[in-house]
Amino acid sequence: MASGDGANGGGGGGQGKLPRKRFYRARAHSNPLSDSHFPIPISPDEVDLSQHYPRYFPSGEGEARQGDAAVPRIRFADVGCGFGGLLVGLSTLFPDTLMIGMELRDKVTEYVKERILALRASNPGKYDNISVVRTNSMKYIPNYFRKAQLSKMFFLFPDPHFKEKNHRRRVISMQLLDEYAYVMEVGGIIYTITDVEELGEWMRSCLEKHPLFEAIPEEETKADPVVKLLSTATEEGQKVARNGGQTFQAIFRRISLQE
Amino acid sequence: MEDAAVEEAEVSGGAAEFAPALVAAHPLGRSVAVAVGPELRVFDLKASSAVSLSDNSGGGSHSDAIRAISFSANGALFASAGDDKLVKVWKTDSWCCIRTITSEKRVSAVAISNDGTYVTFADKFGVIWLVTMGESGGEQEPTDNKPVSIFGHYCSIITSMKFSPDGRFIATADRDFKIRITSLPKKPLRGAHEIQSFCLGHTDFVSCIAFTCLSEGPSFLLSGGGDSTVRLWDYINGCLLDTCQVRDKVGELLEPNETEDNNLSVADICPTNDGSLVAVAIQSLNGVMLLACDLIAKKLSFLKVVTTEKCYIPTSLSSSFSADLLWTVMGASNMPNQATSQLCTRLKIIPHFKKDPLAGCDHVPTVLEDSEVPHGEKLLLALQGSLDIAKQEEVLASVLAALKVSMHKMLVKKHYSEERREQRKRGRNDKKIKK
Repeated sequence: MASGDGANGGGGGGQGKLPRKRFYRARAHSNPLSDSHFPIPISPDEVDLSQHYPRYFPSGEGEARQGDAAVPRIRFADVGCGFGGLLVGLSTLFPDTLMIGMELRDKVTEYVKERILALRASNPGKYDNISVVRTNSMKYIPNYFRKAQLSKMFFLFPDPHFKEKNHRRRVISMQLLDEYAYVMEVGGIIYTITDVEELGEWMRSCLEKHPLFEAIPEEETKADPVVKLLSTATEEGQKVARNGGQTFQAIFRRISLQE
Repeated sequence: MEDAAVEEAEVSGGAAEFAPALVAAHPLGRSVAVAVGPELRVFDLKASSAVSLSDNSGGGSHSDAIRAISFSANGALFASAGDDKLVKVWKTDSWCCIRTITSEKRVSAVAISNDGTYVTFADKFGVIWLVTMGESGGEQEPTDNKPVSIFGHYCSIITSMKFSPDGRFIATADRDFKIRITSLPKKPLRGAHEIQSFCLGHTDFVSCIAFTCLSEGPSFLLSGGGDSTVRLWDYINGCLLDTCQVRDKVGELLEPNETEDNNLSVADICPTNDGSLVAVAIQSLNGVMLLACDLIAKKLSFLKVVTTEKCYIPTSLSSSFSADLLWTVMGASNMPNQATSQLCTRLKIIPHFKKDPLAGCDHVPTVLEDSEVPHGEKLLLALQGSLDIAKQEEVLASVLAALKVSMHKMLVKKHYSEERREQRKRGRNDKKIKK
């Protein structure tokens, strides 16, 4: 529990003070197959947005009424958000879009939570549109999002799981793409990037084989301001850049089924 | 406290796994099949005789517990599958096995598409596989058409799988509280990637699902689960229409100490042909609960419990489209503390399983006595394996207790206290906790 104490010391501290990563060290990998022991919403109706985005859901209004078009919904999901670099970058780029990071490691999630709170405190009026949740997105994506709710999904530097017997732990697979396609609107974009060539090929081939996704031409991705953030905004991306590593991107659009 | 209970279950459950006995009635009422352990018992209701199964598929016979059985919609085909990783497809006119498919993993659910073209089965890792049967029943088909995986629930046990009445969708339920409705594409060999909806609302594992519809009308999905509820769904939109808490109703019937074990999972559900009634089998309940199902008002309401003798707790239900009989069976695949190798099951029939049995005449459905069962002793001997089951009721009761523990162990997530988890972490050699 020593680490827990450390987290308190480094986290909750002064208003607007960014948490220090050294107090939130966690193992780099987490087993997505194991049973989860954290609360999971039974259905998307139970996701309490007022907790995540208090500025958008002032207290008193209570939970967002479903079916009301005026109620903002989460539109971007960063799956495996890590320390939250991409969310912070996207927050100012799309200031009116609600986005959420999903992370399996509890201490890392704590860090991102504190980081967002600190950013909000020191930049009033900013960073109110980002939040983070501890969850296993490989198991519970449909518990958080309704059909066609998301317009962008991000999978940045996921765990490569090299061994063949562990390939089913990879966050991109034909099976899981079905679920991602379900929560994404037609026209929505899925972004993947990795520094592991083998995984890059794997992710690209899964997306190419999947009938509900099509590759986006390179000219188009070059014009997309989000693409630049993929390799520069995240902690993993910066590390790869520092070490002069190569990255492999696959950016695809959700399409409707052609039969 | 809960921890202790889980640990106890782990110890007493040991290596033994129990599978419930299953029953399936031919849709046109021609035959009835009962599966218990590796045994498949079939009785021909038209010829009034036990069926001896034959096999020219070249595969072995079932060697471990059968977990799933299913007739095709027109009754021409029958599929059985289970823990021995074999999926066997039978022609029901001759009861000859025409195809044996070997799965990589244990099979937990099986279904046949409405036109009999495809057989789908689900394994314990949540992957759904599909094989083409071919028009003529397999002989002319190349034997190398291997099963292809068409979709999956991520590492979850599939507990039930059904095709929608119109054949457009395939519904799968899992232990992670989910029901997924997947569009069946024209060429399903390339995979079924389009999800129509998720039906989310159960707060524990989903144990059984069944489609029901008004004649020529829209169809609905019913589900039962470990949270002691039966739910009615608009499955096209994934909307929960109604929930029936069976726990409260059962609580009134059972003695107080019996409800305390908190284990009133729904074991099986079976709607009537016209969709007006649902029969529900519940763990620990000696009888069958009937719910009225109003598909116009979209409501489920408690009707009554058809009680049976104390030791009879059905594990599986089935009815056919033609006859108004509800077939119920009780039993499990292993016999604990038992020398006899005989796998006994108990079969009971509830007649008049049709629209509103309370209205009209005063007739209230009751269970048929053994002497009243159609085809009498011949049928009971064929499907139960023995006639004087009465003597073995205590054995059956103990089997059911073991079955409950085994099902619980398989489907319910283990809950460990914070302390216990911390302790387990400490034992891990890749993580050092400072003293």
